Amino acid sequence: MTMIGWLQIILYCAIIVALAKPLGWYMTRVFDGERTFLSPVLRPIEAGIYWFSGVDEKREQHWLTYTVSMLLFHVGGFLIIYGVMRLQAVLPFNPAGQGAVAEDLSFNTAISFITNTNWQNYGGESTISYLVQMLGLTHQNFLSAATGIALAVALIRGFSRASARTVGNFWVDVTRTTLYVLLPICVVYTLFLVWQGMPQTLGDYVEATTLEGAKQTIAVGPVASQVAIKMLGTNGGGFFNANAAHPFENPTALSNFVQMLSIFALGAALTNVFGRMVGNQRQGWAILAVMGVLFVAGVAVTYWAEANGTSTLQALGLTGGNMEGKEVRFGIVASSLFAVITTAASCGAVNAMHDSFTALGGMIPLINIELGEIIVGGVGAGMYGMLLFVILAIFVAGLMVGRTPEYVGKKIEAREVKMAMLSILVLPLMILGWTAVGVVYPAAVASMANAGPHGFTEVLYAFTSATGNNGSAFAGLTGNTFFYNLTLASAMFVGRFFMIVPAMAIAGSLAAKKSIPPSAGTLPTTGGLFVGLVVGVILIIGGLTFFPALALGPIVEHLAMNAGQVF
Amino acid sequence: MLREIRPAIVLLLVLTAITGLAYPLAMTAVAGAIFPAQAQGSLIEKDGKVIGSALIGQEFKDDKYFHGRPSATLAPDPSDSTKTVSAPYNAANSGGSNLGPTSKALADRLKEDVDKLKSENPNAAVPVDLVTTSASGLDPDISPEAAQFQVPRIAKARNMPEDTLKQLVASTTQGRWLGLLGEPRVNVLALNLALDRVAAK
Repeated sequence: MTMIGWLQIILYCAIIVALAKPLGWYMTRVFDGERTFLSPVLRPIEAGIYWFSGVDEKREQHWLTYTVSMLLFHVGGFLIIYGVMRLQAVLPFNPAGQGAVAEDLSFNTAISFITNTNWQNYGGESTISYLVQMLGLTHQNFLSAATGIALAVALIRGFSRASARTVGNFWVDVTRTTLYVLLPICVVYTLFLVWQGMPQTLGDYVEATTLEGAKQTIAVGPVASQVAIKMLGTNGGGFFNANAAHPFENPTALSNFVQMLSIFALGAALTNVFGRMVGNQRQGWAILAVMGVLFVAGVAVTYWAEANGTSTLQALGLTGGNMEGKEVRFGIVASSLFAVITTAASCGAVNAMHDSFTALGGMIPLINIELGEIIVGGVGAGMYGMLLFVILAIFVAGLMVGRTPEYVGKKIEAREVKMAMLSILVLPLMILGWTAVGVVYPAAVASMANAGPHGFTEVLYAFTSATGNNGSAFAGLTGNTFFYNLTLASAMFVGRFFMIVPAMAIAGSLAAKKSIPPSAGTLPTTGGLFVGLVVGVILIIGGLTFFPALALGPIVEHLAMNAGQVF
Repeated sequence: MLREIRPAIVLLLVLTAITGLAYPLAMTAVAGAIFPAQAQGSLIEKDGKVIGSALIGQEFKDDKYFHGRPSATLAPDPSDSTKTVSAPYNAANSGGSNLGPTSKALADRLKEDVDKLKSENPNAAVPVDLVTTSASGLDPDISPEAAQFQVPRIAKARNMPEDTLKQLVASTTQGRWLGLLGEPRVNVLALNLALDRVAAK
């Protein structure tokens, strides 16, 4: 670890905290339907869209209608992706002449993108056309991100409203998020990325004759426009197979730093939106503090482990850290930091191969996802995930003092706690359940690339990533098989929607409650005690659930590595 | 609930057209006009022919050139399309080795490469980036140490003074952005092009 490495980490954290307030202010105005500086341009477009689609923007929805609208929206999104993938051979914008994508891979990819997971069983440059990248993947990058944000805002409205029957209008929330938040940032961001060296072209792959006379086919495409929303919307699905490690998808140290910022920017700002909507910004800062504690701890461990290297490298006298599967322009620190950010959020883009990380360095990304990606988290998804943990923490605190717990003026009762628990139980069910199948079913075992405990970790990571809608991988695992295409799709689907529905039920139930003023017996939820309590509950739930699995994978591998054992 | 059907279809199609077609196509037009070189892939031409991209690594095996990092990229096996074969720096199929920290295959490969490099330059420590594969398999850069390490071999192959080569490496090295972000690095293709120019004089 170096001083300059830590300086990069500190600078990163400082900018994220500094961005939270102005972005939170702007986004709150957008969700409240107020005017913004972009309204003169965008308002006519917005109104036109509502008129054309038959949306009455004044009419709000009950939580159930809101949820059903969201689900209907995703049925359509699924059909579009599946359709263009199956038909890409006969559709335009296909200069590389890619053939139709297989049924199971198209199914997996469609589920992957509507759930904001962006797990890549396809190799971008070798499998899919520019049209699929744009119309299939870029469009769903926007809409699944906008959906996540809309749902988080609906849950926040549950807390902030009193005696209300409705939680907002899904169509309005999605449209406004797309038009006022995601698109304007992406337009500027795309140009920045192209300036840094990212291609943005519809032209053919380039045929080059190298300096030594060999032939090299260089894949290009409309990369920058997709990468911008891929990072901002915490989607993470790469244009290329190597994702953000590919020099075209992340050309410079600066592009890398800005990509890392854009993963956290909106998620961190949503904590401020929460504070503003419930009438006390300190409530938002307290939640951001919980995220910050867990984040910095994770970064420290991964950075230390990767800088330390492996015993194989040390035995050969190779110093400078574990550079297997990392790029020179990023080095150890920017690769470690990126890995922790991308898994803390539900982004899943990678700028280094997690499969080649040290045992402990690769365990932190795994833990980040298993905790529910509540450390900033996916845009929206992180916020509603964190609020579920807050409900549990408040409930535990209530049990300790024998008082009905309350949070930002709402009583937390049996219904909310049950729904929160239901949501959180999805994680172990899908992750541990499918991993158990994956390590005994012969066709699944054949997919492992590494032997020994690392092979187990590859399978555990795959189902963790899919259930958490992350999308990063221990990429040695051959995921494009019938077994993994279907099981991972089921994990992604359940991990997304079975978490959302109970969360929305909480939103509806909270909105209907009366608001009660704080009294002397109310636990203050803006101080260090509350932050410590939530961190503790998160770690205890995550630890109790996943420690045995981690012991079989990265922990035993670390011990084996120190004993000089290879597999 | 029934009145949500129309927005579910129409709004989806409208937003898809905006984000999936209008946005990427407009950005392609604008980016191509403002930054034409980057938008096309930062291609380098020599005598009117494309010899590569400034951002994409290419394979160097000849003793008289600086070598890049090992690359784990694959290509379909020409004799059996269900299998893959090693194809270093395949810029149409990026990827890493994905070998884990306790992989025997990785340990064996590292040992073999370290031994080979030690015989080439016994006087310096082997830089780690010169024996590890990159994440993309297309890393265009090596560390300044990895470039300096190769100077004796190239000096011998080209019959050039080592000092000239060391200066060339130093002048091609790019520092951290604003002295802070990223790592110091040398673009191998740029270095080799400069090397050819110096050698031609």
